[in-house]
Amino acid sequence: MEIKKQSKKYDAVIVGSGAGGGMAAYTLAKAGLKVCLLEAGAMYDPQKNITQLKNPWESPRRGASTKFRPFGDFDACYYGWDVEGEPYTKAPGTEWDWWRARMLGGRTNHWGRISLRFGPKDFKRKSIDGLGEDWPIGYEDVKPFYDRVDKLIGIFGTNEGLENDPDGFFLPPPKPRLHELFIKKAAATSGVRVIPSRLSILTQKLNDDRGVCFFCGQCNRNCSMAKADFSSTNVLIYPALATGNIDIVANAMVREVLTNDEGLATGVSYINKDDMMEYQVTGRTVILAASACESSRLLLNSKSKRHPNGLANSSDVVGRYLHDSTGASMGGVLPQLFDRKRYNEDGVGGMHVYSPWWLDNKKLDFPRGYHIEYWGGMGQPAYGFGGGIEGMNGKFAVRGTQKEAGGYGKSLKEDYRFFYGASVGMAGRGEAIPLYDNRCEIDPSVVDKYGIPVLKFNVKWSEHEILQAKHMKETFDEMMHNMGAIVTWGGDYNKENNYGLESPGKIIHEAGTARMGNDPKTSALNKYNQAHDCKNLFVMDGAAFTSQADKNITWTILALAMRASEYIVSEMKKQNL
Amino acid sequence: MNRRESLKILGIGAISAGVIAEGCKPSDKKDAKTNDPEFTYDRAKEELEREKQLLAQDKFFTKEEMATITILVDIIIPKDEVSGSATDAKVPDFIEFIVKDMPSHQVPMRGGLRWLDMQCLSRYGKAFRECDAKQQIEMVDLIAYPNKAKFEMSQGVAFFNRMRNLTASGFYTSEIGVADIGYAGNTPNQWNGVPDEVLKQYGLSYTEKELKECVKFDS
Repeated sequence: MEIKKQSKKYDAVIVGSGAGGGMAAYTLAKAGLKVCLLEAGAMYDPQKNITQLKNPWESPRRGASTKFRPFGDFDACYYGWDVEGEPYTKAPGTEWDWWRARMLGGRTNHWGRISLRFGPKDFKRKSIDGLGEDWPIGYEDVKPFYDRVDKLIGIFGTNEGLENDPDGFFLPPPKPRLHELFIKKAAATSGVRVIPSRLSILTQKLNDDRGVCFFCGQCNRNCSMAKADFSSTNVLIYPALATGNIDIVANAMVREVLTNDEGLATGVSYINKDDMMEYQVTGRTVILAASACESSRLLLNSKSKRHPNGLANSSDVVGRYLHDSTGASMGGVLPQLFDRKRYNEDGVGGMHVYSPWWLDNKKLDFPRGYHIEYWGGMGQPAYGFGGGIEGMNGKFAVRGTQKEAGGYGKSLKEDYRFFYGASVGMAGRGEAIPLYDNRCEIDPSVVDKYGIPVLKFNVKWSEHEILQAKHMKETFDEMMHNMGAIVTWGGDYNKENNYGLESPGKIIHEAGTARMGNDPKTSALNKYNQAHDCKNLFVMDGAAFTSQADKNITWTILALAMRASEYIVSEMKKQNL
Repeated sequence: MNRRESLKILGIGAISAGVIAEGCKPSDKKDAKTNDPEFTYDRAKEELEREKQLLAQDKFFTKEEMATITILVDIIIPKDEVSGSATDAKVPDFIEFIVKDMPSHQVPMRGGLRWLDMQCLSRYGKAFRECDAKQQIEMVDLIAYPNKAKFEMSQGVAFFNRMRNLTASGFYTSEIGVADIGYAGNTPNQWNGVPDEVLKQYGLSYTEKELKECVKFDS
């Protein structure tokens, strides 16, 4: 067996092409550096690989999920929970679900576009409640980059002047949908703040390369037609390719980061999934952005004399402090929407309003907060449509007639029409406390089909997260009641089921496994996402997060990747790298 | 956005595609010439392989089973003044495909059809598909109403619930069904908010703040 070595030496070798890798590639290529971008999944071109504006009948499974597309047959993300030939293990009695996109652009091709800045408090939580760790940077350090990400990528929302949900550079938001107006009223009664959502979707023109949202509600299919939402592919990678400074290698599963005798990174080795041959590519710097757990897996698998505990891991924190957002949800129907008038209410792909955290933890039995996401209304029918009608049509009179549950025939067709579009629901996404013992590590006895040792997860929720979920459910119950909704699922919460708290990993906001900090003994990276132990190695995904707030982490990944990439350019100019 | 929860509502993902069940292997008949399936939407390499494998399989349902399914889906969703029937919308073809795609449907469907035939045999001395329309409806009435069905009919109730749900899935995701239900989206447009007459119907209005700050279009 031979290892093929690329003779070209790059300024940067980037592993992973999602939010972090895409932003790094964009920033460095625009600055004139030569970049090699490695992606473990397939090539993907949103203008050619299209699922947007397709009708349900075009899918033989009518949009149902498969293991290739766990969020449905039209979803833009290939792979997810179960990647063929790439297993992972879990410590007995623990749970972790690991989402792995395998495509250019990664999960940004289908994500929810919820683009929230961290606030000043989110960087200094330990100083507030004594738990976890403060970031080595504050909001003032990241603010200029958030501002530039807003302007570069585009986001709608409103400036509300909220202390911990900072203002930004927002395009106008869409007006609330009908069920969202009911939610607003119900929330007001409960003292829950509801404001326009903040999504990276273009409601107005931003630049000549991209169009404007035409309200098909299908951002999860990626905006092939107008490039009006943020994906790494549409907004960063393809525009950066135009510089001629980027080489993309798809289907490149990176095995390890290579280092020299001085302990500096020299490049990476990878297996090409197409020809199953082994390759090496070299660079002045190596940037990991393969997703939090995959990046820490790479570090832990990159052992050498200079880095016996894995690369950038003299602190032994790599893989530790793994945490996901908390999540709990509830759904129901709004009887006032039965038999409603039909019109197109697709709107943007996602909610038009949301609730940022509104309470003071001093008066609560748990630390940290959560935001609430909402949904409902008249969506495109897909597999599962009308499912469980027998639980609905005996419960509510249909056009004045009380029927027997179940049934068939013309009367049943009337029922489907009657109940369509009346659903409503809400979900909390909250901040978990990163814990030292919640970790992923290398499984000593299991390898994937490429011979790369796999991760073993060992994560447990603490009482903090469980009590947070309880508060979510109680709040949702109250709001559902306020608007006269009937809860149809998610209403069965109790101590035994952790109050409906989703198992960790399920919310797909994993972070913390190579956290940044000022002290090399307790952190893997410094405040520029740079490894304490290896100055030309950077980690620019969620792994770098000291904590992750109750904000979806993508906007912060983008801001920090822009910041760290500019630091690389400046350090190179100073001959420090 | 709430993909996860909307999937939950729709039922997508509730049933995940597992391994291809025994007895359902790709056809090894030499004369079974199969053209590569054509898709109007993106298929990655691995999933296209699986699509081909699924479509190359022999039929799962026997002729007799399919005859029964065809009768049942049209009992569940017949033609009415608004739209056509389940068979007009090719629901039986959808059911044939989906049990291959989601093998967890296979045993309950096959067994449920046989349960139904055995019931009809003891009642009418004939399989369901051979009963007359009156007998068929008599039989369906025994299993179509979960809350009033007799306890000894419970397996039939479970089967009929599954049939009803699969029929609705197939019908309302067809062109006929989407038009029937009145889904008006999946097309470029400008969202200008809830139509005025609908706001009025519910006694709602947008706030000054919303009217000022939200995106609006002349129309």
